[in-house]
Amino acid sequence: MMTAADPLLSVTGLTKRFPGVVALSDVSLSVGRGEVHALLGENGAGKSTLLKILSGAQAPDEGSIVFDGRPVTIHSPLAAQEMGIVTIYQEFNLVPHLTIAENVFIGREPRRGPFIQWRRMERETRAILERIGMPLDPRRTVRTLSVAEQQMVEIARALSMRSRLIIMDEPTSALSEAEVTKLMGIVRDLRAEGLSIIFVTHRLDEVMAICDRFTVLRDGRNAGAGAIADVTVDDIIRLMVGRDVEALFARRDDGPTEGAEALRVEHLSRHGDGRDPHAVVLDDISLVARRGEILGIAGLVGSGRTELARAIFGADPVDRGRIFIDGKQAWIRAPHHAIRLGIGLAPEDRKQQALFLALAIRANISMATLDRLSRGIFVSEKAELAQVEEFRKALNIRMASPEQRVALLSGGNQQKVVLARWLALRPKILIVDEPTRGIDVAAKAEVHQLLYDMARSGIAVIAISSELPEILTISDRIITMRAGRITGEILRRDATEEKLMRMMTLGDTAPAAAAE
Amino acid sequence: MTADALPAQRKQIDTIGLLGRFAPLIFLLVLMVAFWLAEPNFVKPLNLTNIVLQVSVTGLLAIGMTFVILTAGIDLSVGSLLAFAGLVGAAVAKGGLESRFAVGDVTEAAGYGWGLAMLAAIAVGVIGGTLQGLAITWLRVPPFVVTLGGMSVFRGAALLFSGGGPISGFSEGYTMWGKERLFRDLLGGVGLPVPALIFLGFAVIAFIVLRYTRYGRHVYAVGGNLEAARLSGLNVRFIITSVYVIMGFFAGLGAFVLSARLDSAEAVAGQGYELTVIASVVIGGTSLFGGQGSVVGTVIGALLIGVMLNGLQLNNVSSYIQQIVIGLVIVLAVAFDLFLKSRRKT
Repeated sequence: MMTAADPLLSVTGLTKRFPGVVALSDVSLSVGRGEVHALLGENGAGKSTLLKILSGAQAPDEGSIVFDGRPVTIHSPLAAQEMGIVTIYQEFNLVPHLTIAENVFIGREPRRGPFIQWRRMERETRAILERIGMPLDPRRTVRTLSVAEQQMVEIARALSMRSRLIIMDEPTSALSEAEVTKLMGIVRDLRAEGLSIIFVTHRLDEVMAICDRFTVLRDGRNAGAGAIADVTVDDIIRLMVGRDVEALFARRDDGPTEGAEALRVEHLSRHGDGRDPHAVVLDDISLVARRGEILGIAGLVGSGRTELARAIFGADPVDRGRIFIDGKQAWIRAPHHAIRLGIGLAPEDRKQQALFLALAIRANISMATLDRLSRGIFVSEKAELAQVEEFRKALNIRMASPEQRVALLSGGNQQKVVLARWLALRPKILIVDEPTRGIDVAAKAEVHQLLYDMARSGIAVIAISSELPEILTISDRIITMRAGRITGEILRRDATEEKLMRMMTLGDTAPAAAAE
Repeated sequence: MTADALPAQRKQIDTIGLLGRFAPLIFLLVLMVAFWLAEPNFVKPLNLTNIVLQVSVTGLLAIGMTFVILTAGIDLSVGSLLAFAGLVGAAVAKGGLESRFAVGDVTEAAGYGWGLAMLAAIAVGVIGGTLQGLAITWLRVPPFVVTLGGMSVFRGAALLFSGGGPISGFSEGYTMWGKERLFRDLLGGVGLPVPALIFLGFAVIAFIVLRYTRYGRHVYAVGGNLEAARLSGLNVRFIITSVYVIMGFFAGLGAFVLSARLDSAEAVAGQGYELTVIASVVIGGTSLFGGQGSVVGTVIGALLIGVMLNGLQLNNVSSYIQQIVIGLVIVLAVAFDLFLKSRRKT
């Protein structure tokens, strides 16, 4: 294994066992000074455990850590921070009701006597935010920020601690392409200042674009490491999954776009969200989704794509507009109305919005179809288990038993459980919001395949994704959104990332839409 | 090195899991053995059945409270609602407040009988519970606040209704629901107290509902993840309202049983019951955060409290100290539960 000449962080022989499983086995990791280091691996490969050890949240069973030339033991998250190791987790550790400045300096507020020096705290926060090109008002409450902005607050906090090694866990999974580009710029600046960064991501294009070196874990062991310049994306995928994955993401053949109309939305509008009664959430949205096609919806975070999905599904109220299912006007004011009409929604946040983590896989899959699985008021356990078995096979869900708690599954298998819940309904229309967020490469390919199968079986699939390559791979037709409006429509075969980006950011009319 | 380390560790996770699941039961048995050794009379059938008799009213309430807490709710008003419902039921049995202390056949003549009295008590409970449920789901006031208000409202209503005094002296048909023992040939002629049979019977029904019905699944879903439940097409408002209705039903039924047992309904009845009831549920392992727990745990929790109080009484520990012990046990039970959960996760 290659190591940097004078590494900032050098981990050797790290082993961590949990009851019933060895999470890390003899793992090594070496991160140079001023280096952006990609830590890669499928879900369950051991990345999270390694991060937890480096951030002081867990103690290793064996192995040594050398930081800045000295052997160290990282007892606690506080100890890690004092050493200069700061971790930014996928789920942010921000207090929503406090301001940006309060969050940046939480627990370390500058004081004079017992009093917080507010002006100084705000001034320093503003300076850091400007340094990373994010001139936000430090007095805004974090609750009002977008996901991308919240992430910048996390980075600002890391910088305010004079950290030397920043660990970013899936920093881009919730960001739009433009925001990712911005984050990349910030990461480059930080590297130029001599900071080291460990970058954990599933997006290999980002790895190729920004990282200097990489370490791949597989099944809790080192699978490979080296300089990014020496490898290709395919090499890395091979190391991650342990086999060749050519054509893992084959585009499907151009699907039908002339199927019967399943869903028609006319002039859907919604003004005002919880914070701002005048905010334009959805503005005069009209669209058609046909049986057997995958309609992609592309847009930056905040463009209204998720809000559109929720409005169609009855999860959020709308002010105006009509929805037609199979040509008939539908009255949808709550999710159970939509479900009765054959619409399913796999929401963007699996854990918060879809899964019952304390319940068994069986109960999670059957939750939307209990009516069908019941005899009288009683749930038929037999019918329920038959359903689990059907979808375990069809979706290749890897589980110990139907009684296993869904919390114990990997992200990819959890997503399959969510999809199974909706497929069990035999829907006419299925909306999937970020169907592959935070799941590993192989599972992602499987989910794509599932979406193709659904479309082929006649379902109108509406897919939302922040990842343009994903939208371009899976969709037959693509609608772009910006600021609550539809800015264009384009057939997949005519679309490129550049065109979509222009439609999403500028609202340019696409050629295909103009022709119609 | 790892291969032979595995089986032992797998066993360890089972121990923790099982310990967590059966901790209340184990604790109950340990406690019983301890009291038995300290005072041999403890295990006499009469004493054991008395324990179940003593916890049967709070136990009934705890069954309802299990539904409420499974949805991540809470109901502080149970004691007050019980007092109010008991008085209304008693007044129906007496045909009004005029003959409130009359004893025997006089009451039969003036009143409407124990059947309507029971229905009236239950109706008051159900209506009270429905109002609170609707306030929670439609006015979006948190359960803690709604039922804190309800605690005061129903207590006030009880005092107002009764003018502060008790209603007592019921017919035999009425009091038999609290005093009678059935199956006299069992347990060496001791038999089983009717309230205990009502408590255990409804526990079985609640167990079946929560474990095997669609409705039960919905209750766990709403408590486990409200947003996911809504997006799965569950009518979450109906489900949340319904658990307070169920709670109200048990408050009404408990009120009737309690007044039958004491041969008296009073405006001050059920004071502090919310503590014992919530404690029974929580000691039984149901999570205050919702979505996890069972009626079996609640029954064990209720019995545990009963055994503890009975054992302390038999050993002549003052009732003041008993209060302190109950309070400490609640905190320790939750701490123990959280400790086991944290061990399981890592």
